[in-house]
Amino acid sequence: MHVAFCAAVLFFLMAPILVIVPLSFNAEPYFTFTEGMLRLDPEAWSLRWYQEIATSDVWRSALVNSLVIGAAATALATFLGTLAALGLSSPDMPARRFLMGFLVSPLVTPVIISAAGMFFFYSRMGLGQTHLGLILAHAALGTPFVVITVTATLTAYNTTLNRAAASLGAGPLRTFTRVQLPLIAPGVLSGALFAFATSFDEVVVVLFLGGVEQNTIPRQMWAGIREEISPAILAVATFLIVFAAALLLTVGWLRRRAAGTG
Amino acid sequence: MRRGRDWRPQLRAAGLALPLVAFVGVTFVAPLATMFSRSVYDAVVADALPETLALLEGWDGESVPGEEVFAAAARELMRAQEERVIGQVAGRVNRVQGGMRSIVAVTGRRLAAAPDGSWRETFVGIDPAWGEAGTWHALRTAGERYTSRHYLAAVDLRRLPDGSIARQEEDRRIYLRLFARTFLVSLSITGLCLLFGYPLAHFIAHAPPRRAGLLLALVLVPFWTSLLVRTTSWIVLLQGQGVINDILVALRLVSDDGRLALIYNMTGTFVAMTHVLLPFMVLPLYSVMRGIPRSHMDAAASLGAGPAQGFLRVYWPQTLPGVGAGSLLVFILAIGYYITPALVGGSTGQLISNMVAYHMQTSLNWGLASALGAIILACVIGLYLLYERLAGTEGVRVA
Repeated sequence: MHVAFCAAVLFFLMAPILVIVPLSFNAEPYFTFTEGMLRLDPEAWSLRWYQEIATSDVWRSALVNSLVIGAAATALATFLGTLAALGLSSPDMPARRFLMGFLVSPLVTPVIISAAGMFFFYSRMGLGQTHLGLILAHAALGTPFVVITVTATLTAYNTTLNRAAASLGAGPLRTFTRVQLPLIAPGVLSGALFAFATSFDEVVVVLFLGGVEQNTIPRQMWAGIREEISPAILAVATFLIVFAAALLLTVGWLRRRAAGTG
Repeated sequence: MRRGRDWRPQLRAAGLALPLVAFVGVTFVAPLATMFSRSVYDAVVADALPETLALLEGWDGESVPGEEVFAAAARELMRAQEERVIGQVAGRVNRVQGGMRSIVAVTGRRLAAAPDGSWRETFVGIDPAWGEAGTWHALRTAGERYTSRHYLAAVDLRRLPDGSIARQEEDRRIYLRLFARTFLVSLSITGLCLLFGYPLAHFIAHAPPRRAGLLLALVLVPFWTSLLVRTTSWIVLLQGQGVINDILVALRLVSDDGRLALIYNMTGTFVAMTHVLLPFMVLPLYSVMRGIPRSHMDAAASLGAGPAQGFLRVYWPQTLPGVGAGSLLVFILAIGYYITPALVGGSTGQLISNMVAYHMQTSLNWGLASALGAIILACVIGLYLLYERLAGTEGVRVA
């Protein structure tokens, strides 16, 4: 009984995602299984939607924009977030609770409110409809993940190692890059992956701040869902599911590594 | 000689955090602050008609104002016309009193450098409304720089031209109902997530490690999958010509022209949001349950408790922090939800966040959008403080 219920809940969680994959190979421009597909008629299955997105300029530029904005925002968020986490984990940090609340505020605020606020402010600063504006906005949304994961990793870090390095003649910078950073790297990396995933899947801020030049994959999907639904979206979705599974495996691997060294 | 306390470690720690604090302050907190200032501050009319408003200070409020008020209004309306802000002024006055938009706009257009007789006769000649005290009340109210009007509008109240506060007309009361709907929907979705998530988390937490890892992956894959992908899936499944309706028709449970409306309404919002938010319930529950040793239940059983009693008196109380954290997390995310209702909610499945988007993008009533946003954010912050108390910031760790 319990097992059956849990199986049903897991089915509810996974089935909608899995149903997308076969449908993306539909030979017809429909969102549903055709009779041919159910008979496993090879004629009814095709790669035409994958071909369409691979040759489409719109999707290619969306991918480039997503990668450029995501990578730059992640780099910024990871650098600033790791630095701040080092400060926040120090026992000497003043007003830690307040600062932590301040720094995770982008995570807690509903994204429609963040996007609306950014819309006014960024346009007044001349950052509306620019890549830079989106990079800054996405970096702000991604920093809480870096702060949280790196702070959590640092609680397991043995600070006597820093003193050992210092006693052997290493300066603070050298201690950090040669001793501390390699040990907390799994935490930093999984924070960075969270930040990247946030940017890569973010659509509301892009809708408010971005122009035609800042078309990203989520924005293109949003337009596709709202306007004409073509199975090309399902092909993109399949690609994103594979991407999510890859991210999940990487983060899991990083976590096991962090647990092994912690 | 005693030296003062050494502040260097504190400065060093603060110095490390400073760049991010400044960054978040500029790129995130400052934009929110400027938006919220928009919800209480509006100087369009005050900046366009300063002299008129100053003269109206000395007006008795009952008779029609004197000639010098009309003269000042003429000068300033003509200037507003020239500087092309008359439309904004007219719109702003119109929000105080319906019908004022065209009166102000037409007057601005028809005024000429010299009056036709007195300025007062000229105004009344353009529109007789200028000869009524109510019009000037509306102008005076619209001229206030600081206004509570957006917050009043956000809770279905309005200020009458004479300054008193009244409920919005029956057919324009929408926000309180929408807040209540958002609240109820979020509460129901939280309940559903708990109902589905608790047994599942329990099952995973007490499964043998290998199987637990696999089952947890089945929760984490949806969690990591793009929100737009998950929403698309529900469109594929639920739409009229979608997979579920096709199956029902094939099983002859519904006729081909009696296909169920499962999406673009509240049902769609409900199903898709429960799906999206369920992992946020399962993960905190799982991490709490994993820490509960099996021996506790064995001890309860050896002391004579049946399974139900053992669960209620021993197991359930220990999972309460997880229940609280998971429920608050799901509820917080649900009340601010925008994307899913916008895509699958149709016209009846919209929540309060969709109204913020509507006023930002379509009606361009940015003051009202800001006020609605401020109310939502206040609720979220209050709940978050509660959540933090229950779970600690560590609990925010997702996945």
